[in-house]
Amino acid sequence: MLVKKAPDLTYADVTPKGLYMGRRNFLYGLAATGTAVWGYKNIPRLLAPPPSGSTPVKLTGVTKWPGSTTEKQTPIEDVTHYNNFYEFGTGKKDPSQNAGNFVTSPWVVSVEGEVKKPRKFSMDEIMKLAPLEERVYRHRCVEAWSIVVPWIGYSFSVLANLVEPTPKAKFVAFQSYYDVKQMPEGPRAGIELPYVEGLRLDEAMHPLTLLSVGMYGETLPNQDGAPVRMVIPWKYGFKSIKSLVKIRFVKDQPPTTWNISNAHEYGFYSNVNPTVDHPRWSQAHEHRLGGGLFDRPIPTLMFNGYGDQVAGLYSGMDLKKNY
Amino acid sequence: MNAILTSKWTKVFVFILCLLPLGLLVWRAAHADLGANPIEFITHTTGDWTLRFLIFTLAITPLRKILHLPQLIRFRRMLGLFAFFYACLHFSTWIGLDKFFNWAEMWKDVQKRRFITVGFTGFVLMIPLALTSTAGWIRRLGGKRWQMLHRAIYLSAIAGVIHYYWLVKSDTRKPLQYAFIVGILLAWRLGAWLYGKRRRPDATVITHEEPTTAETA
Repeated sequence: MLVKKAPDLTYADVTPKGLYMGRRNFLYGLAATGTAVWGYKNIPRLLAPPPSGSTPVKLTGVTKWPGSTTEKQTPIEDVTHYNNFYEFGTGKKDPSQNAGNFVTSPWVVSVEGEVKKPRKFSMDEIMKLAPLEERVYRHRCVEAWSIVVPWIGYSFSVLANLVEPTPKAKFVAFQSYYDVKQMPEGPRAGIELPYVEGLRLDEAMHPLTLLSVGMYGETLPNQDGAPVRMVIPWKYGFKSIKSLVKIRFVKDQPPTTWNISNAHEYGFYSNVNPTVDHPRWSQAHEHRLGGGLFDRPIPTLMFNGYGDQVAGLYSGMDLKKNY
Repeated sequence: MNAILTSKWTKVFVFILCLLPLGLLVWRAAHADLGANPIEFITHTTGDWTLRFLIFTLAITPLRKILHLPQLIRFRRMLGLFAFFYACLHFSTWIGLDKFFNWAEMWKDVQKRRFITVGFTGFVLMIPLALTSTAGWIRRLGGKRWQMLHRAIYLSAIAGVIHYYWLVKSDTRKPLQYAFIVGILLAWRLGAWLYGKRRRPDATVITHEEPTTAETA
């Protein structure tokens, strides 16, 4: 039997002392490399000027809607730099940083489903369907902060009446624009995209339900849902879907993004209601943005203070069950 | 390296470094640069730094062993106390600015909302550790008992991570990063403990850390 003799270790096989002692230096090197890589990836971004983006255009011929709240309007700086628009990132400042180059022209909104006259609207058409009104609404986020915004637009019912919903239409489903190329943060948002929302037909047809194309006297900034969005002031902010591309009139209650994500926490209705807590936090109070460091939380109002106009939509309904 | 670590100026330097996050917050507050929701900004910043300092504290022992730098122990108490300091800022921001001393609502929150319950628990667990962090208390309790008590920091760190994970709405990347780091630091301890047990199977009580009475600063 041939047994192969194991080669003897020679002096050449001894690990050089420098290498043997080098573990600590290796670890320091690792830390230094990590820092360098971080710097390489982040420093150019930190030094670069913020993207200039599309500049909102001044809107003319806008009339003042008589029902506006007279509360102090939130500074536009806050409304444009504190956004939930997960397609552009989940941080509050992400949308203002990442939406700068979002292409919103040309833009088409497709209206379909249970309607007699399905059609597509160009943005030019949408701007001219009805006289533009400035409506100052309270806007209450489900995260217990709120803003007061001078939106510009007209009642959604104007558009709905043009396409003539059939008697079968009981709900309206809305869909946001979604394109990973333009919204690379989208896949990491932790919610299913494209973003979808929905309203009962009578909610959608309520005169307060606004199709909005602008705010603060100008067209919508990208991070606030350019070029056209919904605003439903008595519901939590996430119902007011942004950058709208599809409107579908349907028979059955449509799926909605946050309800898909967590049905226990976000219902289909999501009316502002101080007596129904979010499972993780109280909805009894809110912080009005722009109030500074020492602003006191203010009590949240039923239907965000629009109860006189909209409570009738829900008569006989258990709002604790239909949250 | 040891000369640097044992210098009293290094300790002063690290102390100032630990105050920088607070300094930056104050500077931003003075320049009205805390964003649209300053209360949320302060809450999140102080919460983040609490978790980071818990991690720094937990990293001391593994780093001492791996890098053979026993002198690192000189910084552990300071880092732990800074974790408690930022936790206090975080907690008092919630009480004073967010809830504006609405004790009834806060007590309801602590009982009802699991992310607040677990965060509150993590914070309360840090109080005895902060109080017994002095050399006098190590003597009074004895090294072993003191060390047992101070293992509560493991629970505080875990509670802190769960608190964050349960808070976020859908994007769990950041809390999972913290969970990963805390997981590694705790797994290292488990590994060191198992290794020590195997090497000394007859020993009943095995500690992988020498008592910190060595710290005299």
